[in-house]
Amino acid sequence: MDSRYFLEHIGWIPLFPLASAALMLLFGRRLPKAAVSVACVGSVFVSFLYATGAVIQLSARPAEDRVFQKILFEWIPAIPYHGAGFGLSQFSADWGMLLDPLSSVMILVVTGVGFLIHLYSVGYMAHEGGYYRFFGYLNLFMFSMLTLVLGNNLLLLFVGWEGVGLCSYLLIGFFFLKKSASDAGKKAFVVNRVGDAGFLLGIFLASTVLGTIRFTDHGLEGVSKFAGMIDVLRSGAFHSGEAVLTAMAILFFIGATGKSAQIPLYTWLPDAMEGPTPVSALIHAATMVTAGVYMVTRMNALYQLAPDAMLTVAVIGGLTAFYAATMGLVQNDIKRVLAYSTISQLGYMFLALGVGAFTAGIFHLMTHAFFKALLFLGSGSVIHALSGEQDMQKMGALWSKIPTTARTFLVASLAIAGIPPLAGFFSKDEILWRTFTREESSIYKVLYVVALVTAGMTAFYIFRLVFLTFFGKSRVEHDVEHHIHESTHWMCLPLRILAVLSIVGGMIGISHFSLFEFWLEPVVAPVHAAAGAAEVGWTMGEAGMMLISVFVAVGGIWLAYYIYLEREGLADQLAARWKGLYELVFHKYYMDEVYDSLFVNRTVDLATALGDFDRGVVDGLGVDGSASATRMTSRLSMWWDRWIVDGLVNLSGTIVRFASYPVRVLQTGLVQSYALVILFGILLLLVVYLGVPAVGYLRALLHWA
Amino acid sequence: MDVIRLLDTNLLSVIMFTPLAGAILLMFIPGRLANAHRWIANLFGFAGFLVSLPLIGSFRLGTPGFQFREEYDWIPSIGAKYSLGIDGLSFVLVLLTTALGAIAILSSWNAIQTRVKEFYILLLLLQTGMLGVFMSLDFFLFYVFWEVMLVPMYFLIGVWGSDRRLYAAIKFFLYTLVGSVVMLLAILRIYFGYMSEHAGVYTFNIQALLESTKTFDPSLQQWLFWGLFFAFAIKVPMFPFHTWLPDAHTEAPTAGSVILAGVLLKMGTYGFLRFSVPMLPEATRHYAWLMMVVSVIAIIYGALVCMMQKDMKRLIAYSSVSHMGFCTLGIFALTPMGLEGSILQQLNHGISTGALFLIVGVLYERRHTRLISEFGGLSTPMPNYATIYLIITLSSLGMPLLNGFIGEFLILRGTFEVTGFSGGHPANGKYFAAWAVAGIVLGAAYLLWLYQRVMFGRITNPANEKLPDLNVREFACLVPLVLAALWIGIYPAPVLQYLEEPANAIVQRVNPEYFSARAARVPAAGIVPALPDSGAGEHSDLPPAAPAR
Repeated sequence: MDSRYFLEHIGWIPLFPLASAALMLLFGRRLPKAAVSVACVGSVFVSFLYATGAVIQLSARPAEDRVFQKILFEWIPAIPYHGAGFGLSQFSADWGMLLDPLSSVMILVVTGVGFLIHLYSVGYMAHEGGYYRFFGYLNLFMFSMLTLVLGNNLLLLFVGWEGVGLCSYLLIGFFFLKKSASDAGKKAFVVNRVGDAGFLLGIFLASTVLGTIRFTDHGLEGVSKFAGMIDVLRSGAFHSGEAVLTAMAILFFIGATGKSAQIPLYTWLPDAMEGPTPVSALIHAATMVTAGVYMVTRMNALYQLAPDAMLTVAVIGGLTAFYAATMGLVQNDIKRVLAYSTISQLGYMFLALGVGAFTAGIFHLMTHAFFKALLFLGSGSVIHALSGEQDMQKMGALWSKIPTTARTFLVASLAIAGIPPLAGFFSKDEILWRTFTREESSIYKVLYVVALVTAGMTAFYIFRLVFLTFFGKSRVEHDVEHHIHESTHWMCLPLRILAVLSIVGGMIGISHFSLFEFWLEPVVAPVHAAAGAAEVGWTMGEAGMMLISVFVAVGGIWLAYYIYLEREGLADQLAARWKGLYELVFHKYYMDEVYDSLFVNRTVDLATALGDFDRGVVDGLGVDGSASATRMTSRLSMWWDRWIVDGLVNLSGTIVRFASYPVRVLQTGLVQSYALVILFGILLLLVVYLGVPAVGYLRALLHWA
Repeated sequence: MDVIRLLDTNLLSVIMFTPLAGAILLMFIPGRLANAHRWIANLFGFAGFLVSLPLIGSFRLGTPGFQFREEYDWIPSIGAKYSLGIDGLSFVLVLLTTALGAIAILSSWNAIQTRVKEFYILLLLLQTGMLGVFMSLDFFLFYVFWEVMLVPMYFLIGVWGSDRRLYAAIKFFLYTLVGSVVMLLAILRIYFGYMSEHAGVYTFNIQALLESTKTFDPSLQQWLFWGLFFAFAIKVPMFPFHTWLPDAHTEAPTAGSVILAGVLLKMGTYGFLRFSVPMLPEATRHYAWLMMVVSVIAIIYGALVCMMQKDMKRLIAYSSVSHMGFCTLGIFALTPMGLEGSILQQLNHGISTGALFLIVGVLYERRHTRLISEFGGLSTPMPNYATIYLIITLSSLGMPLLNGFIGEFLILRGTFEVTGFSGGHPANGKYFAAWAVAGIVLGAAYLLWLYQRVMFGRITNPANEKLPDLNVREFACLVPLVLAALWIGIYPAPVLQYLEEPANAIVQRVNPEYFSARAARVPAAGIVPALPDSGAGEHSDLPPAAPAR
């Protein structure tokens, strides 16, 4: 195998899961479960191997040469267009793969964690209906996610972006008999689409302003001039802070807030927990929701030139981290706590990106993938053990009953809480430190405090979860209690591997000795010297910061211990004392209701109104109206015709009729009456002709007499 | 003349008259032999598709002007000729027509039980009429086909429709007729305009008229624009002339709806692309912004009205209003990308919406209702149906890797680049694109909601418990459409290559400075502006003396 084999076959990495997805969705129903498992888990494993091979072959190259691109085919052929500012150009989109240090990290995380979760799902989903369908969707997701991170242009990234959204929709609604599940799927899809609309406009703007949608031309053979988006941005053609760049960056970020569940588009993620737990682990924790972080990092050259957009990202990230953490404090559903935790941790990542610490953001993305996947899989194991129970108020004292789950879960909790030397500590500390050292504005100091408080809350809510679930008294319902069992070996194996990763995963990124930073350096290099924060050496300040972080984390854990184990019942008392606040947070600040009443219901109202308008005005008044107007006109003209035009004719007729009345009376046409008249006439004639002489004759006679 | 030579010299006529031949044959078969009618109609429907396939092989890409020309004298005294020919635009629509026609005929096998003979005769006649519209190069011939096609559709709705079929049929007929009468006036004005310009030479030849109308003075062009506008806008239909569509769709039998949505509506956009825009460039530039406004209204309005529909067919009909809004938006953006996207989207709409009507038809055949509330939970008894329906839903809402996305993307991207400077009309495309994108969001909402209400959840209506899944015939109707949707989504280049030449030619006519305008600022990285290499704008050969082929 030559030194380019895996690189040359990089296009195959997404194809393995696609092939098995197609197999499942077309013929899965007829396949035995074992075949489904082997095909689907195997294809992801092969993907993982190919990804590893490709990354190794890439890393063997010198640092400045670590970009590999392969164009598979021309997707949208060249179409002429007018760019803003540079006249006529050609738009085209390739189906091409880009492997650079950034996408290397992503494909390893996606295929690696993805493989472990697939493995876990074999056991977890064993008794569910639609086994083949589940794995088909899951494989389809892997294809989309790999397309997203490997795509060499914005449009292909968008393809993956929408693809993962679709799989998310399908998998959230996997139990489609439940209305809440299909509702949640639809909500996720539609909310994401709002973000996607922004993203799409960003793509339009980028392609008209930058002249291309390909990220870079580095790594392409036979290219002399580099005219990719990032090449253009790094070339100095644009000044920092140009409005068009800021607009572009903000539009992309709107897309990111949808996919990565940031304020204001975060509301779909807690509901997404309706999906099977491995889905929550893979899609709604480890991979898909980090797509926004990946995308912003991919476009970091743009963000570096748009300081206002950067600040927006930092503020939204910091606020989301804090806001979501507060909601995580009081939830009772084990998966919902983790969902809010995910939103909060994603907020950290965006905070990192916003302060220009792109490496730290991706670093946290990676460690988060390990420990959050572990947390979700662990919670799945708990739910499995308790026959589907998700309410933490009905758990407790599971530590010795499901030991592997409990111990690995604890490792992940320590990692997310930020206890050294576990993975989460290093990545989170890096973010805090980089936030604190940003000098440009005092906002960064505020953000630091917010992030620090959030770190404390993180430690608190995760250990609240640990204590309520694994320690204390058992509150498990009686008939569930008998069935408590540790998960199968195949389900525990991924937990163990992820636990190891959660412990050591942070080591490669320890600040200043960081392999990780060195590796990503070429991708996130400052566009111009001033933009990158001056690299500060290891100082006492940073060490002190670390101590503060550790102190806060330990404090959070202690507080959780005190409230939920030491003083049982205290939590309820506190909730009762601050009832208003508690209710507000418990009901997620009523944000779903607010969104419903502000947007959803108003849209429905508008739709109803327009529907009525369409029926009543456009069709009723416009079409039927003109129809009845036509009919009325025709009736009018009929009337006119009948009474005026024809009326005149009739009138003259009538006159003649009246005039002729006397004549007509006589002219009856009856022979008898004619005969009678004739008879009378004859009689009259007789009277006249005979009567008159007769009278004269009589008179003469009388006279003579 | 043997058949092979006929195919060689008169391919378009063969394609056009194959369905008519079928209809004539059916006339001589006694009506009681219903199955014989079904077989023969299907045979001719499929044959009509097969004879259109040679077009793919022999179409010369990138050649300006029309191909497969045929021209014979028809009514010499007024200069009307039997003149056929296609370019990339009509090529796409002709293939769509023949394919959808065959599918529509196949889909009617069980659905039509009364007056089978007459049904198939009318369907085949309709097919010939539509093909004639897309192939005519003579304005008079075009008008004849345009009108001829009304009659079979009127009867299809009026005789085989559901409850309010008479109302719908008359509405459809009258509405369309009103538009075409106004169009006739415009056609005559153009005809006489040409005659007075060319010292008494009279012709209805489109290419000849094209050269003449270009020089008409602006106010006359504007009058003519409106004259043509009503006919085409009603057909598309554009807001606010759309209300015949939901009625016609809802009442028509499945095959009628498929043809109506799939092909008939495209006659409107085809009219804009073939006549209004290239013939009246001045007026087009003048009114483009208004057309774009109306298009965006249609996109959003149609999508919103979809949400409150209770009848599946009505919902899909309104979604057509929204989707056709994208098509007209792309046309009047007057950019190559917008136009290519628009033509592609017309094809896509034919595929996706045609398939959606087939999908509703499947349910209607089983349950004889289209009310959304009658259904729910159909995924359980009908898994294959669920899969196909989902793919088509996704294609309709613009999911990448399915056809709708490419079309919508190109249209929006082509709209986005419109500025006050390019094209000379005052519209700023960014805002239009931004509003139209809202239509995509709403599209996801109403289509997924419909899908959820019909397919997801538990079965609540006992009548749905034992619904049979798709049968072989229904598969045969739907699978080709699904494959086409996937193909265009994944690899649209083969289709787009046909659209490049006509799109560029239209832009060249309407907006010639588009291809000549040059840069103010060239980014340092050096993006090389390149002119399209096709011979755009050489649409102008005057009436050729003899058929080109």
